[in-house]
Amino acid sequence: MSESSLQDVRAVNGGGSWFHRNQIAITPWLFLAPGVLFFIFYVISPIFQSFNVSLYDWDGLGEAEYIGFQNYQDLYWEFVDRDAFFVSLKNNVIWLFLYLLAIPVGLMIALFLNQNVWGIRLYKSLFFFPFVISQVVVGLVFTWFYDPTFGLLNTIIGWVGLGPINVLGDERFVTYGIIAAGLWPQTAYCMILYLTGLNAVDPEQVEAGRLDGAKGWKMLWHVIIPQLKPATFIAFVVTIIGALRSFDLISIMTQGGPFGSSRVLAFYMFEVALSEYGFRMGYGAAIAVVLFLIMLCFIAYFLWSMWKEEKGAR
Amino acid sequence: MFPRPIESTARTTQVAYKTLLPIALLMWLAPLLAVAVFSIKPDADFTTGNYWGVPSTFEGMTNYGKVFLESDMPRYLLNSVFITVPTVIGAVALSSMTGFALGIYKFRANLWIFFMFVAGNFVPFQILMVPVRDLTLDMGLYNTKTGLVLFHIAFQTGFCTLFMRNFIRALPFPLIEAARVEGVAEWRIFWFVVLPLMKPALAALSVLIFTFIWNDYFWAVVLTQGPESQPVTAGITSFNAQFRAAYHLMSAGSIVAALPPVLMFFLMQRHFIAGLTLGAVK
Repeated sequence: MSESSLQDVRAVNGGGSWFHRNQIAITPWLFLAPGVLFFIFYVISPIFQSFNVSLYDWDGLGEAEYIGFQNYQDLYWEFVDRDAFFVSLKNNVIWLFLYLLAIPVGLMIALFLNQNVWGIRLYKSLFFFPFVISQVVVGLVFTWFYDPTFGLLNTIIGWVGLGPINVLGDERFVTYGIIAAGLWPQTAYCMILYLTGLNAVDPEQVEAGRLDGAKGWKMLWHVIIPQLKPATFIAFVVTIIGALRSFDLISIMTQGGPFGSSRVLAFYMFEVALSEYGFRMGYGAAIAVVLFLIMLCFIAYFLWSMWKEEKGAR
Repeated sequence: MFPRPIESTARTTQVAYKTLLPIALLMWLAPLLAVAVFSIKPDADFTTGNYWGVPSTFEGMTNYGKVFLESDMPRYLLNSVFITVPTVIGAVALSSMTGFALGIYKFRANLWIFFMFVAGNFVPFQILMVPVRDLTLDMGLYNTKTGLVLFHIAFQTGFCTLFMRNFIRALPFPLIEAARVEGVAEWRIFWFVVLPLMKPALAALSVLIFTFIWNDYFWAVVLTQGPESQPVTAGITSFNAQFRAAYHLMSAGSIVAALPPVLMFFLMQRHFIAGLTLGAVK
């Protein structure tokens, strides 16, 4: 800052100095420099380094040995753990699809709460509550909720005479159980997006719709939802990102078990690179690259949508 | 307004709605309420199997007292503060500058740099994990709060830039042009014209980043270990190992760990929601 202020004094006094003449062209770069350099150092260049590491056999300490695409072949042939990679990939797909439920459910809750009765503001805040809590705590809370001996879930289904279900100990249910836990805060987020969106819905269009005899579902589908498009887009972005980032809940609730059946790529990568199997950095990086490429499809789509909008704005 | 205001419906519908509201809320928050009840129960209730009944005695003080006096919890909480606060300051400072540059100036690389920040903000953490851990080790910052803070600042700058840039875009541009005509230097425009107008954005971002960083678990596990530098999200696992099967204490610990962002949310609600929903309305 001191440098630019010095130059600035000169610019103000000297009038025609080089900096003064080019001030508008140079200033943005001075402002960008710290942020951009920091971001490139810690975020952008590590992405390329990961691509590079994935071509090596490396334990994180000793010499790295170049092995080409061997790590990717191992992924395919399931060298380390039978099925581990494909189970993770399959679970990632399940996460992606089921996580999207947060959007319609969030919309429904938002419609339910979009009223003007006494105390509704507090209700809205309390419904939003789960999003503010850390996923670690959400994970713990739901672990106890599902507990087969005393959990609230089994207590409730016990009332109607159904036997205890060990949700987190059963390969058939475990992934769905964790997703349900994840949907809790995610739905709250989508709800708040839609509440804000509903606030801005054009009342004249709603009235016009009512005059045309539209109500209920018809009104929702043809008049309201089109106007909620910006909120839906953001809800979609954050939900997809959230689904592919699912790590905390799995780590807290099951550690990927039972028998690795609740792993996703994000967790499997961590496991391979930093725990159980010792430090297989190269192999872990290869898994991360696969996850990154999946995400890249979505990132490309998001950027493309934003780019279209930017062009439209000018 | 959609759906139709409840005041304009039949009396029965209104009553039904008003009774349904608290019931729905209770169901929505049930898992959390259960933990809250657990946290004030005495140890004996768990051995006698009284999980869901009324607590036989109120032991809130003892349980929470134990969390604060007989565990590393205060240490973890303090670490979280020392990680979260510098990150908020750093990320907000850096991004108000980048946001200003990208929001005000027209130059060819503008949109590309902006998209770099946006794209970087969306990448999965795992693709950064091995190199960032390595980098932190090389700089001698592994298992330090500084190492964690530096990474968090850099990563959050992506999201913050997106936010700031869009906010600054919406400011009245003639204001800046007027200042330029007056011959005000560009950095002065930033400091005296734009920054004061950005106060709501600064507040919104600060609460959001506070919550994100306080709740971070992944990077805490990757870049730190042990009570001297781990934040509370990572510390809670060792806390739970210490009090294995002591559900009343584990519940109290979880509530303590979750509380700061909750307080932040309720105190700064307007800013928090404005931040989260930026762009949800055209």
